[in-house]
Amino acid sequence: MGTTQKCSWAMNLLIETRKLTKTFGLLTACDAVNLAVKPGEIHALLGENGAGKSTLVKMLFGSLQPDAGEIFWQGKSTIMASPSFAKQTGIGMVFQHFSLFDALSAAENIALAIDDKADVATIGAKAKAIAETYGLPIDPSALVGDLSVGERQRIEIVRCLLQNPKLIILDEPTSVLTPQEADKLFETLFRLRDEGRSILYISHRLDEVRRICDSATILRHGKVVGHCNPREETPASLARLMVGEAVTAVHRETKGFSAKQNSAIEVKNLSRAKTGPFSVELNNISLKVKPGHIFGIAGVAGNGQSEFFEAISGEALQGNPETIVFNGKSLGMSGVSARRKAGVAFVPEERLGHGAAPGLSLTENLLLSRHATDAKAYLKRLGRIARDKLNLTSARITQTMDVRKGVIDPAASALSGGNLQKFIVGRELDRQPVALVVNQPTWGVDAGAAARIRQALIDLAKSGSGILVISQDLQELFEICDEIAVMHAGSLSAPIPIASATYETIGLLMGGAGLETIGHEVAA
Amino acid sequence: MIRVELTKRASPSRALSILSPLIALGLTIIAGSIMFMILGKNPIAALYSYFIEPLTEIWSLHELAIKAAPLILIAVGLAVCYRANVWNIGAEGQFTLGAIFGSALPVLAPGFAGPLLLPMMLLMGIAGGMVWAAIPAFLKVRFGTNEILTSLMLVYIAGLLLDWLVRGPWRNPEGFNFPETVKFSTDAILPAIWFASGRAHWGFAFAIIAALAAWFLLDKTLKGFELRLMGQAPRAGRFAGFSTAKTVFFALLVSGGLAGLAGISEVSGAIGQLRPVISPGYGFAAIIVAFLGRLNPLGIVAAGLVLALSYLGGEAAQISLGISDKAARVFQGFLLFFVLASDTLIHYKISFSNLKRAVSHV
Repeated sequence: MGTTQKCSWAMNLLIETRKLTKTFGLLTACDAVNLAVKPGEIHALLGENGAGKSTLVKMLFGSLQPDAGEIFWQGKSTIMASPSFAKQTGIGMVFQHFSLFDALSAAENIALAIDDKADVATIGAKAKAIAETYGLPIDPSALVGDLSVGERQRIEIVRCLLQNPKLIILDEPTSVLTPQEADKLFETLFRLRDEGRSILYISHRLDEVRRICDSATILRHGKVVGHCNPREETPASLARLMVGEAVTAVHRETKGFSAKQNSAIEVKNLSRAKTGPFSVELNNISLKVKPGHIFGIAGVAGNGQSEFFEAISGEALQGNPETIVFNGKSLGMSGVSARRKAGVAFVPEERLGHGAAPGLSLTENLLLSRHATDAKAYLKRLGRIARDKLNLTSARITQTMDVRKGVIDPAASALSGGNLQKFIVGRELDRQPVALVVNQPTWGVDAGAAARIRQALIDLAKSGSGILVISQDLQELFEICDEIAVMHAGSLSAPIPIASATYETIGLLMGGAGLETIGHEVAA
Repeated sequence: MIRVELTKRASPSRALSILSPLIALGLTIIAGSIMFMILGKNPIAALYSYFIEPLTEIWSLHELAIKAAPLILIAVGLAVCYRANVWNIGAEGQFTLGAIFGSALPVLAPGFAGPLLLPMMLLMGIAGGMVWAAIPAFLKVRFGTNEILTSLMLVYIAGLLLDWLVRGPWRNPEGFNFPETVKFSTDAILPAIWFASGRAHWGFAFAIIAALAAWFLLDKTLKGFELRLMGQAPRAGRFAGFSTAKTVFFALLVSGGLAGLAGISEVSGAIGQLRPVISPGYGFAAIIVAFLGRLNPLGIVAAGLVLALSYLGGEAAQISLGISDKAARVFQGFLLFFVLASDTLIHYKISFSNLKRAVSHV
C-alpha cells in the first residue's frame, strides 16, 4: 500500500477514491467508484438522477460512510468521519438546497456554521473581506429572508471559503441563477481555480460543463462509465455517456385546437397580499392558457412563484371565484380538492414536504393527491383505503415514468430527487388532467429524467390539455413552451410567443427590466 | 473540548424498533433493582411484589382492569392526537370535566332513574371532555397558541372547578360536611363485567372497543391517513386538500371525548360519587402509556396493562416491603425515561466530536 500511496501523491492528486462502494438495501448507489481530482482544476461530476453523484459526494464530505473502498486525501488514506472533520481537512461544500435561516442575518448564518469563537461582527467583517476578494458582493447585516436566491448562494460560498478549503464541492450551483448571475459565478470559480483550489462541480447543464470544466467523471447507475475532457466533447456525446443511449430530443409540433374553446386555465387580475415577512405580494396577474398549449412562466426564484402556485392550486383562496377559471368553471374560492375534481392537476416545486410526505410510502403519497378525484377507485365502505388498487396504479406510474427504487413501496424520502419527481409528475399525468400547473418540473433532475418529464408534458398538451409551467430553467421553457411570460417582484409580464422570444429578452425581464424599456414588441 | 451530538441514523433498525418497549422494560427492571438495593430492600422480592403478586389473585386482576381502563381510554385518544402532531397534555382536565358533566344528572336530579340514565351520563361525560378539549383547539386555530400550554393550564382549572363543586354547590347535604356529592343511585352505576368475581366494570370494555376503533381509524381509513399526513407533513396535507383547523379540532375532540368517557366511567364505575380527587394522575400517566404503546392503539392496550400493573405493584410493594410511594413513582419515571431513551437512540446516534483531535489529525 505504501508504494501506491507515494505514487498517487507523486501524481499530484488532491483527492482520490478507490473502489468506493455504498449500498442501500438492494440498490448499489456507488459501485467501486474511482475518482481523481487534481489540485487547481474544475472537475465535473456528471450523471443521471440516481446515478450516485449525491451518495459519492456525501461520502467525500463525511456525511455517509462507505461500505468498501478508500478515500485518499493528498495521497494519504483518510476516513472522512464527519462533515466537521471533512471541513477541518479542507473540503467545503455548497449544497443545492441552501441551509440558511431566513430570520438571521448573513453574518449570523455564517457564524453559526463555522467553528470560530469570534463574535458575529468580526466574522461578518472577515466574510465581507473574502467576499470582495472573490467578487461575491454580500451585505453581512442583511436578513437572509430578504435576499434573492443568488445572494443566498453567495453567502453559502463565502461561508465555505472562510474555512479556506482546498476542495470545494458545488451541487448544481446554477440551477437557481439567471444567465447573467451564472456568468458572475463562473468568474469566481475561475479565480478560485487559479489560486490552486480544486472544484468538484455537479451539474446537469452540459453546455456549462463544457464551458468551465477541465475534466469530467461520468457516473451511470452507480458506476463510473468514463473520464473525459468536456471541452473535447459535444453536448450530445456527453449526454450519450451519461444516459447510455442517445437522448431523444424533445419533440414538439404545432397543434390545431379551436380558438373558440374555453381557456384551460384563465387567471384574471389575481392579487395577493404578503402573508409573512418573507413572502412576495402578487399584483394583478392575468394569463390565459389555451387547450393544447404550454404557457411558461420564467423568473428567478423568490419573485412570487410559490405564492402564485398556492393561489392557483387553491391552497390559498381568492376573494372572488372569477379570479381563477379552469375549463370554464370559476373556482377562485374553491379549495384544492374542488379544483382537482374539475380536472386540474398540480405539481408543486418542493418534492419533499409539499408534493409528497417524506415519511409516507409511495402508495400513500399517491393517495395524497388522488383521494378526492378517485375516491371511487381508492376508497371502500367506511372510508377504508383500497391498498390493492393503489398498488396497481403505483406500479403503472412506476413503469410509465421509469421510476427506479430499491423496494416495492419505499418511503418517498428513500427515492432520489429525480425518481421522486418522476413519480409525482406521473401521479398527476395518470389522471389525464384537462389542465396542469407545474412549478419547476425538472429542478435538480438530470438530463434523462428531465427529457422524459418534458416529453410527458408535451404529450399531455398534444392530447388537448392546457399546461402552465413555472420554471427557472430557460432552456426548458424554450424547449417546450408556446409562449413565455416572466414573473418579477410579484408581477407577470405580457406573454411573448416563443417564435419571437430570445434568451436575452427573457433574461433582461427576469432581471426586472420592463418590456418597453428593452424595446420588445408587446404581444397583442 | 468534547461536544456531544445527536445525529440521525440513516436506516433505523426495524427489529430494534419493535423490541424497543421490551428493552425499556428490561432497563427499568435493572435500574429499579439497583434503586431497591440502595433502599436496602431485596430487589427480587420487590420486583416480585411489583410484577407478579398482583397477577396471582382474582381480585387484583379486577383491580388491574379498573386501573388499566382509564389509562387505555385516554392513551388511545392521545395517540390519535399525537399522530396528528397535536400535543394534548391536558387529558387529566378533560377526564375531570367528563366526570363533572356526567355526574350532573345523578347529582342535580337524584330522582331521575331508569335505563336511559346511564347512557345519558356517558354521553354527557364524553361531551364534557370534548368541551374542555375544544378550548385549546379553538385557541390554537384562531390565535395560534401552543396547545401544550393551554391544555395543561386547563388541567388546574378543571381540578379547582371540581374542588369548588364538591365543597360547595354539589356537596351532599346529608354528608356530615364531607366534601363529596351524594352517592349515585344503582341506575347511575356502571355495572360490573363479571358480577360474581369482582368489581371490574364496563369501562374496561369501552377501553378495548375504543382501542380497536382507533386502530381501524388510524390504520385503515382515509381519515387516519389524513391525521398521519397532517402530523408528518402539514404542507403536503394542505396540498392534499385537508384542513389544518379541522385536523386540530378532530384530534382534540376525539381525545377529549375519550378522556371524558374515562372520567365518567371511573366515577360511575369505580367511585360511585364525586370527590375532590378522582384520579391518581391517569391523564398524565396515559402520556407514558401512549408512548410505551408506540402510539399504536393495540400496543397501548398492552402498555396500559403494564402501567396499571406498576400502579398495583407500587401499592403492593408499599404494603409488603414498606417502600414509600415516592419510590414507586420513581420506578414509573424510570419506565418513561427508558422508553423515550430507547426510541431516541434507535433513531439517532450519539457522537462525541473532539474538536482538538480532529484539528491535530490534519
